[in-house]
Amino acid sequence: MNAVLEAFQMVATTEVAIAILASAVYGMVIGALPGLTATMATALLVPVTFYLSPIAAIATIITSSAMAIFSGDIPGALMRIPGTPASAAYTDEAYAMTRKGQAEVALGAALWFSAIGGIVGTVALMIMAPALAEVALSFSTYEYFWLSFLGLMCATLVARSSPIKAIAAALLGLLVTCIGIENPGGVPRFTFGMTDLLGGIEPLPALVGVFAVSEIMRAMTSAPPPPIPHRPLGSILAGQWALTRRYNKQMWRGNIVGVLIGALPGAGADMAAWIAYANSKRFSKEPEKFGTGHPEGLVESGAANNSALAGGWVPATLFGIPGDTITAIAIGVLYMKGLNPGPTLFTEKASSMYALYIVFIIANILMIPLGIVMIRLSRHVLRAPRAAAMPLILLLCAVGAFAIGNNPFAVVLVAVFGVIGYVMERNGYPVAALVLGIVMGTMVEQTFVTSLIKSDGALLPFFERPVSAGLAALTIAALAWPVLVWMLRRLRRAEPAR
Amino acid sequence: MTQFTRRGALAAGALAGFAPLARPALGQARYPARPVQVIVPWGAGGGTDATARIVATLLEKEMGQPFNVVNRTGGSGVVGHSAIAQGAPDGYTIGMITVEICMMHWQGLTELKRTSYTPLALLNEDPPGVQVNASSPYQDVKALADAIKASRPGQFKASGTGQGGIWHLALAGWLGAMGLRADHVRWVPSNGAAPAMQDLAAGGVDLVTCSVPEARAIIEAGRARSLAVMAPQRNPQFPNVPTLNEALGINYSVGAWRGMAAPLNTPPAIAQALTAALQKVWNSDEFKTFMNARGFGMTWGDAAGFAAHMERTDANLGAAMRAAGLARG
Repeated sequence: MNAVLEAFQMVATTEVAIAILASAVYGMVIGALPGLTATMATALLVPVTFYLSPIAAIATIITSSAMAIFSGDIPGALMRIPGTPASAAYTDEAYAMTRKGQAEVALGAALWFSAIGGIVGTVALMIMAPALAEVALSFSTYEYFWLSFLGLMCATLVARSSPIKAIAAALLGLLVTCIGIENPGGVPRFTFGMTDLLGGIEPLPALVGVFAVSEIMRAMTSAPPPPIPHRPLGSILAGQWALTRRYNKQMWRGNIVGVLIGALPGAGADMAAWIAYANSKRFSKEPEKFGTGHPEGLVESGAANNSALAGGWVPATLFGIPGDTITAIAIGVLYMKGLNPGPTLFTEKASSMYALYIVFIIANILMIPLGIVMIRLSRHVLRAPRAAAMPLILLLCAVGAFAIGNNPFAVVLVAVFGVIGYVMERNGYPVAALVLGIVMGTMVEQTFVTSLIKSDGALLPFFERPVSAGLAALTIAALAWPVLVWMLRRLRRAEPAR
Repeated sequence: MTQFTRRGALAAGALAGFAPLARPALGQARYPARPVQVIVPWGAGGGTDATARIVATLLEKEMGQPFNVVNRTGGSGVVGHSAIAQGAPDGYTIGMITVEICMMHWQGLTELKRTSYTPLALLNEDPPGVQVNASSPYQDVKALADAIKASRPGQFKASGTGQGGIWHLALAGWLGAMGLRADHVRWVPSNGAAPAMQDLAAGGVDLVTCSVPEARAIIEAGRARSLAVMAPQRNPQFPNVPTLNEALGINYSVGAWRGMAAPLNTPPAIAQALTAALQKVWNSDEFKTFMNARGFGMTWGDAAGFAAHMERTDANLGAAMRAAGLARG
């Protein structure tokens, strides 16, 4: 109890309060700019943390990353540019809602369920960290292979097109991940002697290209759509309580998926959002509405990506293993500040851990008022004339891509993927499946090949370990189920014709 | 390339022209007259980035001009290393180069090598360690080495980084020093030290040859043990871990290092000013506190020392890569 009181004292200082507030605003802005990710927001804070007390330093990282993951939804919903890879899973859905004139519902849902997801994730971190860490540590490459394969199979679910075209798009994504030297063999593939291709294709430029640039190209070739009726944006939170009650089950499922996937090192908020969105559609009573501006999937995946953020701190604080790229940076700061990750952090430095939990909760509560302000400020984008908005968005895409690594090649990539995305969508191939292939491909290959190296080429170990066997069963069931349904439906449809 | 040298000659000529006008002390005071760009070939948030950022902050304090860190990522480090080498040799573009510069050219990935730079200072080196799972039967590195010698090729699995990465070469070099083939222990490529340590704890591999600081959290959590470090001396932060020389009589050491460098043909006066400032940075309490907190090893080398160190690393790694079948040409 003493430790909890001490923790409150540690948080209740002017320095920490200013740190939280400033980094909240900062994270909101960075996340909302297309191409600038939550990871980048965190990385740029590191030099600042040199000058802060330990709790204030950690608070800036927690707060800015939580805000950035939420505000990445804003450009996604308003302009179809996912601000961070974690919002790519439901960008199309949110954008469709905006086109239906429901921007405030879409963004309100993103905000409300992000905050809830963040708080649930923190509570899970508080009461279950050691148990979750145990699960995370039992994952070897065999388990990761099945998990990433499951993630890849979401391709047919995140799209509204025919499954064949979705699979084709995902395979194209897998082909893209073959580029570069960062494969298990350490051999350059498809680089054509170009240095820039050695490191492979990062998901972010591809993401910005296929979503945003292709949208701009479409806008240039088509007549302007009927303008969205000019009306004041409705109350942002009004409808959310009703949504919470209506999609209560989905929200909890999203939270649980988020915490579990977040706690696994190497799988972060991005994967959690994809899997949650796919789950939502798979178990929905009205899957046909998905992709047309239906809030159900938004609720589940919006909750999942923020709870994953908290889940990522489990292996980070207990074993110093990063749960995602953000905690990878946070671990460095923990060491710097003498809060070395390990079980002793929970015993000897318990008050610091409690302080960390308190910061998490404050950040997620603070997200709601700040988020409302941010949404109200950014909605003006919708009223801007297309001729003014589109060039500006294109410029933002280029700047965002360049900012990732100060490498002009990323800008070229954005343009190339813009063309690819445009051609694909023109022909009914879902770009979301392509992005999923790029996000998951490296992990599928890496885990499959290293597992085979470890097993001397035998396939049996993929099914031998208990967790691995369970995940394999899940994968095979998920693989067989749609085929069965499809065949049954075909049979039924074929019969009356006979 | 001609333009490259011409620009270098121009800069040198300009400096020579001014030399009679200014005394050396004044010449030093003139540099830097504007902000300096510090290129980091690796992404924001990593260990190299963090080190470069603290060095830049302290250099700014020392030299009175901003030192701006710019991450130039891509191409597995090739892009950023090229950007440093191809910068204008006027002292306003410098960068942090890493051990990969002594590896990439052997693989045929780039023409760049250690001689493409004006070395300024070596700041850090982390030697590899030998880590096993806490429940592993091998209590010391001798027992492990004997078991490896007695095993059939490929029976033992090791990890720590990607194929052909620095920790892979550390293993290959160690096996070579024991008179075994470089692939006697099979290498399981991973995305860095943290996933490898996690796989070690999950029972996926037998040993991990990453640096001890990288393994620290898992060791302190009681999931793994460090049996040895491949270094001339023990690490003062981990005094209980013996060196390979103590345990096996093998004098093999190769580590991952970071240092500052400028483009080739940077005027000597400027390079010397930077080296002197870097030495003050390296000796400062702030830098020491940072390096100790992160567990990074502190190794100093001035311009000549750094050049010699790179030459040694280059030869060692070249031999290890040829033995492991990773070198080309």
